[in-house]
Amino acid sequence: MDLLIPDFGLLIFQVVAFTILLFVLGKFAWKPILSGLKEREQTIESALLSAEQAKNEMQALQADNQKLLAEARAERDALLKDAISAANAIKEEAREETSKITARMIEDAKAAIETEKKAALTDVKNQVAMLSLEITEKLLRKQLADQKGQRELIDSYVKDLNLN
Amino acid sequence: MKLPRINTPKILIISCLIALFSITNLTNLRASSGSEGEEKKGGDTEFIMHHIADAHEWHLITIGHTHVTIPLPVIIYDYEYGFKMHMSSEFVDADHNPVEVDGYMLEHGELHSTHHAEFLDLSITKNVASLFLSVIILVFVFLAVAKGYKKGVSAPKGIQSFFEPIIVFIRDDIAKVNIGHKYERFMPYLLTLFFFILFNNLLGLTPGAANLSGNIAVTMTLALFTFFITNFNGGKAYWMHILWTPGVPLPIRPVILIVEVIGIFTKPISLTLRLFASITAGHIVVLSIVGLGFILQSLTVGIVGTLFSTVISLIEIVVALIQAYVFTLFSSMYIGQAVDDGHH
Repeated sequence: MDLLIPDFGLLIFQVVAFTILLFVLGKFAWKPILSGLKEREQTIESALLSAEQAKNEMQALQADNQKLLAEARAERDALLKDAISAANAIKEEAREETSKITARMIEDAKAAIETEKKAALTDVKNQVAMLSLEITEKLLRKQLADQKGQRELIDSYVKDLNLN
Repeated sequence: MKLPRINTPKILIISCLIALFSITNLTNLRASSGSEGEEKKGGDTEFIMHHIADAHEWHLITIGHTHVTIPLPVIIYDYEYGFKMHMSSEFVDADHNPVEVDGYMLEHGELHSTHHAEFLDLSITKNVASLFLSVIILVFVFLAVAKGYKKGVSAPKGIQSFFEPIIVFIRDDIAKVNIGHKYERFMPYLLTLFFFILFNNLLGLTPGAANLSGNIAVTMTLALFTFFITNFNGGKAYWMHILWTPGVPLPIRPVILIVEVIGIFTKPISLTLRLFASITAGHIVVLSIVGLGFILQSLTVGIVGTLFSTVISLIEIVVALIQAYVFTLFSSMYIGQAVDDGHH
């Protein structure tokens, strides 16, 4: 069978061509391809790893945030409570102050009114006294215009004096 | 109702290829059976053998009585006169009869000296031309693939994404599994081997192409590469296993020694014959089925046979893949045994 006898010429060409192919592809194709594949696989792996890490960090961060938030909320509540009580205290104080001031003012006013009243009364008394003196004077002057009147008056005085 | 996605242009291209393949087979067969005349049976076998064997010219197609042939250089190394080169077309006259050129004749695909000179036939035969063509295609394709990896880390695209899964498969499922941690050194060889066989298997299926990977000289060369790589990389454990198998009773050791030494040589022989036989057999089956219609001189058998040979051709595509895989797998298994540290 011719088919089973290897042809020497083809054998030589095959050895040469395959060796060249092995060299050329090995140097210019397989080397960059295999290293490129490896590099890409490593990149993907590290990317996945870092993604996992980022996820974990995110979770930790989120937990932290939650804690912080809760703390902040508590602090806010405390602050609010303090503020409200402080406000209440201030309000109370202000109210007391006001009432004190009002009371004092009322008292002052009362005192002023009293003084005014007294002054006015004194004034009125003085006026009344003045008026009565004038009236009395006028009356006396009229009554004592004649002798009879003067006598009668002296008599009445004397009568009174005697009684005493 | 939504139709599943059908790629019409692709189907059209495939159908055209199949049709072309069938027609080429038919025309070739008609030509050869016509020229052989009465001795039909002999003629048909010869036609098949002619298709499988190497030739000094590249016969593409025969239309009527016109042979469309690419002449190839015939290179002769004469031990007395040195190198001689002629075109294969010089060896035939206008009526396709062989003529003597420079003391050499080309008859029935065989070159012989008319004055019984000692010589080497180093012609660029159909197979050698096909070999060069496949080398050019391989270099062209894989340099294009490699280009995609030189731009730093990026997603594969184009031709790169077609070949990358195959390369990764060879690395992960053939080399890593069978060779172990030392696999990286053998990757260039295994990849070259796989794609060389695959491309040539597929090229062999195209109409008018040579049957390179079904040639025993080619498969033998590839097997010898594996043989030398295996034995030159054989570690202490490998040779110990062959020469003085541990864990075996002393009296049996010499017997095993003989078996193992024979085994060193049967491995490349099995590699050689497996690839040669499966590719050549596939070609013979396709051609035989096409030939049935002509032998039985029946149009029905011819049509059915042609359709059936198309189906066989499709199976041949699968065989092309499987044989490339198997050759690479066995090569890596042998290499794996050789470089094994012996830690079982």
